[in-house]
Amino acid sequence: MREQIKKGYYNYALIISTGLLALLPLYVHVSGDDFYLDLANRLMILAIAATSLNLILGHGGMISFGHAAYLGIGAYSVGIPAYYEIYDGLFQLLVAITVSGLFALLTGAVCLRTRGVYFIMITMAFTQMAFFGIVSIEEYGGDDGLVIDTRSTFGNFFNLEDTVTLYYFVLASLLISLYIVKRIMTSPFGMVIAGSKSNERRMQSIGFNTYRYKLVCYVLSGCLCGYAGALLGNFTNFISPEMMDWTASGELIFMVLLGGTGTLLGPLWGAATFVLLEEWLSGITTYWHFFFGALLIIVVLFARGGIDGLLKRLRLT
Amino acid sequence: MMNLPILKVSNLSKTFGGVVATDHLNLEIEHGELHAIIGPNGAGKTTLIAQLSGETLPDSGEIIFREENITALPPFKRSRLGIARSFQITSLMLEMDVIDNITLATLAQDNHSYKFWKPAREDIDLRKSALNALKEIGLEERAFEKVGNLSHGEHRQLEIAMALATQPHLLLLDEPMAGMGTDEGSTILKILQKLKKRKTILLIEHDMDVVFALADRITVLVYGQVIASGSPESIKEDENVREAYLGSDGEINC
Amino acid sequence: MDWVLIITQLLNGLQLGLLLFLLASGLTLVFGIMDFVNLAHGALYMIGAYFCATLTEVTGSFLWGLLIAVPVTAAAGALLEISIIRRLYSKDHLDHVLATFGLILCFDTAVHFIWGPEGKAIPLPAFLDGRVTILPGIEFPTFRLSIILTGLILAFVLYFIITHTKTGMLIRAGASNRQMVSAHGIDIKSLFTVVFAVGAAMAGFAGMMISPITEASIGMGNEIIIIAFVVIIIGGIGSIKGAFLAAVLVGLIDTMGRSFLDTLLKLILSAENAETAAPALSAMAIYILMAAILAVKPQGLFPPKGR
Repeated sequence: MREQIKKGYYNYALIISTGLLALLPLYVHVSGDDFYLDLANRLMILAIAATSLNLILGHGGMISFGHAAYLGIGAYSVGIPAYYEIYDGLFQLLVAITVSGLFALLTGAVCLRTRGVYFIMITMAFTQMAFFGIVSIEEYGGDDGLVIDTRSTFGNFFNLEDTVTLYYFVLASLLISLYIVKRIMTSPFGMVIAGSKSNERRMQSIGFNTYRYKLVCYVLSGCLCGYAGALLGNFTNFISPEMMDWTASGELIFMVLLGGTGTLLGPLWGAATFVLLEEWLSGITTYWHFFFGALLIIVVLFARGGIDGLLKRLRLT
Repeated sequence: MMNLPILKVSNLSKTFGGVVATDHLNLEIEHGELHAIIGPNGAGKTTLIAQLSGETLPDSGEIIFREENITALPPFKRSRLGIARSFQITSLMLEMDVIDNITLATLAQDNHSYKFWKPAREDIDLRKSALNALKEIGLEERAFEKVGNLSHGEHRQLEIAMALATQPHLLLLDEPMAGMGTDEGSTILKILQKLKKRKTILLIEHDMDVVFALADRITVLVYGQVIASGSPESIKEDENVREAYLGSDGEINC
Repeated sequence: MDWVLIITQLLNGLQLGLLLFLLASGLTLVFGIMDFVNLAHGALYMIGAYFCATLTEVTGSFLWGLLIAVPVTAAAGALLEISIIRRLYSKDHLDHVLATFGLILCFDTAVHFIWGPEGKAIPLPAFLDGRVTILPGIEFPTFRLSIILTGLILAFVLYFIITHTKTGMLIRAGASNRQMVSAHGIDIKSLFTVVFAVGAAMAGFAGMMISPITEASIGMGNEIIIIAFVVIIIGGIGSIKGAFLAAVLVGLIDTMGRSFLDTLLKLILSAENAETAAPALSAMAIYILMAAILAVKPQGLFPPKGR
């Protein structure tokens, strides 16, 4: 029964949010204020990234500090072709997904042989590796970053130069991503991943090569995050290496935990909360990161079971 | 094929930091029998099962299952070959439903678990076979309950059901009576009696009543070595066994 | 064969390695003994540098700056342990990571607030600012040499304490058997505080020693912490020996890689390709090394026993 109520709630929440998001450009058109559009864009792109992370973290229990690397890879997949005046969106997206997938495959093959905090640290290390790897190529801007002067074009149909077109492209991407992740989570594959999170030893005992399943999941997650990165590159028209810094991964993790791990819409709420909180707090003080950090510490210290536990309790009341 | 033992353990040895847990152990399990392994605490029963299931690599020796050398195979491969194991301390996916746990056991043998699209819980065939497996063990009423909410005894039933659902050739049961009260215990005993004729079982147990009620053959383990192996009657009479358990009391107690 | 360059870079690599060792040893001790993952270890490296910078300014002498800043950093570490860190021991590793990540944010903004966004240079006294002839025809900066010397001395002292003294035995015992150590009347809580403070002091000292060369800056902790993690992953968690070997290895490979990889690559690739690939590959070299070692030894060179 509770399941059905929850399902109903989710459906309503999703419909209302989609509606609001879909109508936002109208409001912007009327008020002439681009600000909320940009905010919403950023929110949705980070929501896609957080959703990809949730697939392995929330659903699969793999705490990866590595996702910033895919955002960077995705962004550079737009930026580097653009540098060579290749603006074809389909090509760029293909590059984003393929390179991300490959990076995930190679690094995942190594990290997934480890557990717990080793896993966390090794994913951090690989993120730094990607960061330094890209940043040391002077041609593409080095640590000054890369400017993307022209956004992606999709044949003769449309391009992402127009803010509103980009907006709807991102919104559509978000909805499709949520749908795909939902199918994956409820599929037999998703069930194996959830089982491995719950009790990997037993899963192996009944015949699952959990390493392989987790690796596949890890690659899927990387691909989706790479896609988000491509959107991010388009949106900001600029790639700063800070996008690939491991601390950016930390922010993604916080979004997933904040929104509730393992749920479908959790990352969306988490990303929204984070972006709005950041917007609000940075208006008050430039030192807003201090309060964000303090908040993290307080929640970990005083919420029984840490952040995740706190959220579980909040969601049950 | 039926004349050869289903499981042949030769010269198995394992030492942990100075302690010899398994000492040149030899063991043969015949098709269709219920073979019990007993022994005082510290006899090395846990280490033996860890090596049989693949969680620990022996230092030396061989394990042959249905004529295949499985000594170095990881647990998931052994499961695919037809060895199933139940755990002494129940090891289940607690956050998931009972039926999900069984479904996973069924999925494991079936190479269809790389399906990404169709919702697992809406697959009618999968559902049906899972419910049947639960009916066999008497847990169909609890199918949609979260495993964490089940009683100790129900955990043990599910534990065994999951091992069964993988349709094994050999069942390794690690102290299935552990922690069971009188009622729960008799439920498990009934299940084991039903299984006795249908499956080849290697049973590790402390509960002597159960062992002598069910076993076709018994092997006694002390300090990682086999000190006696044979029919229940011969074990009861065996001098070495009496010595090992309670001096020369003359009774096999535990 | 440019021997001067090779020897100079070997020494530079050793210097980097020893600096990394100072940082990593505190990290691996805290992880090995208290089972605590301290992402904020890099923040202690940073504030040590800033304390030293200010004290050098105030006293007019780098040596006095060092002398006072080290105990001050140790005290800061102790304070941190007592107020926040010790409450985290009972929680799981992810909570450690998140909480110390929060600490990094707090430290970074606090430093920004107190010292401003610009870095702080630390001037060296004249006698450390010159060069020394170590071999005929080869000169090496005096200060870098002093880093190597102090690094080696501290490494030896640490190793000696851990393996040959009662304190060291307690520390190692504390890791594997807290109850036994408490039963002997030793206050585990204080022991942990001391370990943490010593780790903080060493991290801070490392920061102080690097800053005359690179300047104290806000990002310095975040960059170096991951390399420190790479070192302890390669070396094996909790192992001082491992941290030493891994740190020197990482320092050497990173330095030698950056200097000589393009020359090496030019043997197989075209000059242009070598020049583009070399910086990227040498930047990634230590991570590739880590991956290679993990493939063979998943718990590092000197894995922790029985955890």
